[in-house]
Order: sequence, then C-alpha cells, then structure tokens
Amino acid sequence: MKPLKSTAIVGIGQTEFSKQSGRSELQLAAEASLAAIRDAGLKPSDIDGMVTYVQDSNDELQLMRCLGIEQLRWTGRTPFGGGGSSAPVQLAASAVASGAARNVLIYRAFNERSGQRFGQPAPIHYGVGGGGAPARSLHFSYGLDTPAKIYALWYQPYMHRYGVTSEDLGRYVVVSRKHAATNPNAWFYDKPITLEDHQASRWIVEPMLRLLDCCQESDGGVALVVSSMERARDLRQKPVRVAAATQAHRMDGHIMFDYYRPDLVGYPEAYASAQELWTQSGLGPQDMDVAMIYENFSPVVLMTLEAHGFCKEGEAKDFIKSGAIELTGQLPVNPNGGLLGEGYIHGMNNITEAVRQLRGTAANQVADAENVLVTVGRSGLILQKA
Amino acid sequence: MSDEAFFWEGVDRGQLLAQKCGDCGSLRHPPLPMCPACQSLNWTAQALSGHGRVHGWIVSKHPSRPDESPRTVVLVDLEEGIRMVSNLEGASHIEIGAPVEVVFREIGGATLPQFRPATGASR
Repeated sequence: MKPLKSTAIVGIGQTEFSKQSGRSELQLAAEASLAAIRDAGLKPSDIDGMVTYVQDSNDELQLMRCLGIEQLRWTGRTPFGGGGSSAPVQLAASAVASGAARNVLIYRAFNERSGQRFGQPAPIHYGVGGGGAPARSLHFSYGLDTPAKIYALWYQPYMHRYGVTSEDLGRYVVVSRKHAATNPNAWFYDKPITLEDHQASRWIVEPMLRLLDCCQESDGGVALVVSSMERARDLRQKPVRVAAATQAHRMDGHIMFDYYRPDLVGYPEAYASAQELWTQSGLGPQDMDVAMIYENFSPVVLMTLEAHGFCKEGEAKDFIKSGAIELTGQLPVNPNGGLLGEGYIHGMNNITEAVRQLRGTAANQVADAENVLVTVGRSGLILQKA
Repeated sequence: MSDEAFFWEGVDRGQLLAQKCGDCGSLRHPPLPMCPACQSLNWTAQALSGHGRVHGWIVSKHPSRPDESPRTVVLVDLEEGIRMVSNLEGASHIEIGAPVEVVFREIGGATLPQFRPATGASR
C-alpha cells in the first residue's frame, strides 16, 4: 500500500446552500456529484468507489443510476455524523492508496432545513420511542433533546473554568459572519453582524448559546473526488494533496452525550487527532496557513484551537479577540464563513473551502495558502498544495 | 433486552442504581454489558445514596417554543464516584459544587430521578 500522501482531492462540486431546495436529497447528491466529477475532468464511468456518511439517506446504487456509473469496486460509510466529517477523505484516500479503488466519489446531501431538522427534538434520533426502544432515556428524558442543549452541557464546564463569556463567543461569530458576508456562496452573503447583534439574539441554552452561536440548518449537497497524485497530474485541476488524515476516538468518549470523563474541560479527541496529524505530516500548528474548524456551535472553535496548540489552554478567547483568526491574521479560520456563516452541509463544505484555498480560487483567498487544517476534533485532515 | 432496564426498574421502585462489577468491584454508568476496567460480565445493581454535587448545568428551552417553561439540566457527581444527567428543581441560583439529593417525580407519565438542593448537612 502506498502512503496516504500519494492521494489527492482532484474535484469538488456543490449545489447552492438554501433553506428550501425544492428537490429531493438524491437530486442534490447527483447534482453535487456530477459537478465534482466534471470539475476533476473525469467522466462518471471513471468513478469506481463511493463514500458518504452513515446518516446520508442517499443509496449508493440510486446515485450510480443517476450518474450512469457502470460499476463500483468499493464503498464505505463513516459514523458519528458531523464528528466524522473529515473521515470520508481518510477512507477514500485509504482506498486509493491501497488500490481498492482508483477514483472515489465522496458525497453528502440533505434537506436538513426543509426536511428533518437536526435542531428540532426528534426522539427517534436518540433511541427513544421507536422500534421497541425504551420510553425513557438517560439523556433525552431530562430535556437534552436537541444538539444545542446536548453540546451546551459539555461546553459549560470549559466556559466556567476559563471564564469564557457570551461576548467572547460573539467575537468568533462576528468573524464568521464577516467572512460569509464577502462569500457569494454563503447563505449570509452581504449580511455581516456586530457584537451587539450577537448579544441581542435570544438565548437557546442559557447561559451558553444564543441563536447566533448556532450553526445554520441548510439544504444542499457537496461532493469531492479523491484520486492518486499520479493520475491527478493528467486531470483538469491543480491537485490538493492529502498530507495527513485521521480519526481519533478515545476511551470513555461518547457521541454528543460526552459527559462521563472525570474532567470535562479539554477536548481529548481533538488533541489526539492533532498529534496524529502532526506526526503523519511532519508539520505543526505554526505551518498551518488556514484552519477550517467544524462549528456546530461557537464554543467548540475555542476548544479546538487550544487542542491543536494554536494557543494555550483557556486562551482561545484572547487569541480570537486579538484578530488572529481574521483573513489577515496569524491563522485565518473558516474564510468561507464556516457552518455558521456559509451553510451547514454537515461539515463537507469546510473541505471544499480548504480545496479552494489551496487552488487559489476562494472568495476570501488567503495569500499563499500551502497547508490547510480541516478538523472536527474526532476526525481531521491536513490538505496541501501539491 | 436493554442494558439499562435495571436502572429504570430501580427508578420505578424509588431506588437510584448503578452497576457494580462482580469481579473488580468498580461502579459504572451509563450501563454497559461488560466492565470497562476488567472486562467481566458479572455485575450486580448497587443502590446509591442519591447524594452528590453539581458538576455542570444548563437551562434548556424548547427551540420552537421559547415561552415554554425551561428545565435545568445538571450533571451530578454522585458521592460513590459516578456521574449522572438529571434535572435540578427548586434552585433559583445554581453553583458548581452545590450539594444535591435525589427525589423521584412523575414527569410526562413516567417516573424520573430528579435532584434538589440537599436539605440535610452538606455531605
């Protein structure tokens, strides 16, 4: 097997990001996939592998029919929802490096605003009240029935220990909306906010999350094509090397309800993921030109910055306040506006932004970007200009 | 067969229970079929005192019905050394480390363990 860094992202595609797509999730997947395949300069028949999330509703075989793909040799799906959102690239790159597939299509598409919204209580998602599952749950029954509440209870000890205030979170949100305001693909294009706007938005979970701390709920699709560096040289786009890719799952971690470690301050998965990415790539935090950080909610940006060593523990609020994460700062974060500002395609739109930054084609281009971190804590990538 | 059935059966009898490993004696929660410390499948249900301290908290509101009465959700560090999610009742001001004790309440047609500020001497 060749190393992962013998592989590259060679194509990207997406639909518009909206609140009501007006079409099926399969159509969104097919549109984004075809765009990614064409962007790469490939034909659908060149695709012989597919990866998506376990949670994606789109069947591989129906997507094959749409695209006219004759035969797949390999498929895979990644668990943990958004927490696994960097993992499809690790799977695809592993398949290409091993020879299991030559050109792997990655897709994620949903009507997450006009269809089943993540932000509304849905007992079935938490193992309650369906298919003979118990009527009471160790979490849902107590009112932990949406991701905002579930994650806020995990953020609270961190914010309490380091004195992180709602205004501190607001300073991240203002930057994300500033970036979105000059990104025509962003739902919040041309709609920047002030810290006062943030502070005036209503509480969703007191005293952690206001409405503007929460990511969007979006309809849309995003797709990528992963191939080998060798084939990439003959393709249409400048290849973007997969310099490192990992997942990080730790003993006694829980998805969403991550409440059971003795000390809840700190983000052990993100720390472990960072160490693995630095080891694989031979790079360190000082080498990253851009960081794409998955933010379902604003506090996790602070925790993720610290876990990757961009600043010391408890100091992310000061790092953000210093202007470091702006486009001209020491570490531009989420230049597309992130999941708060651009749209929430379950983290995949942060990967396409990383690719654009490395191609030099982003709406908010960071000058001379050579290494981009993409992370969601439980899975991460370093993408590199080849 | 749910691994947490014993927990809810205990709640229905007014008892707060946790699994105790039949070999190494360690307590665990949330329930698991195998001991994370020694991989034993033997366990018994141990009654807990119901006394603990607040480790973390949020005020939860319904996302689509902001006017519905909020619920305070707490992480409780029980004195036996395990942590549980529950609700805190009757507290206007919540402090990390505050002593709390269990009570059992009928909520939405089922009994749930809830916590309230400890009435006796601080433990």
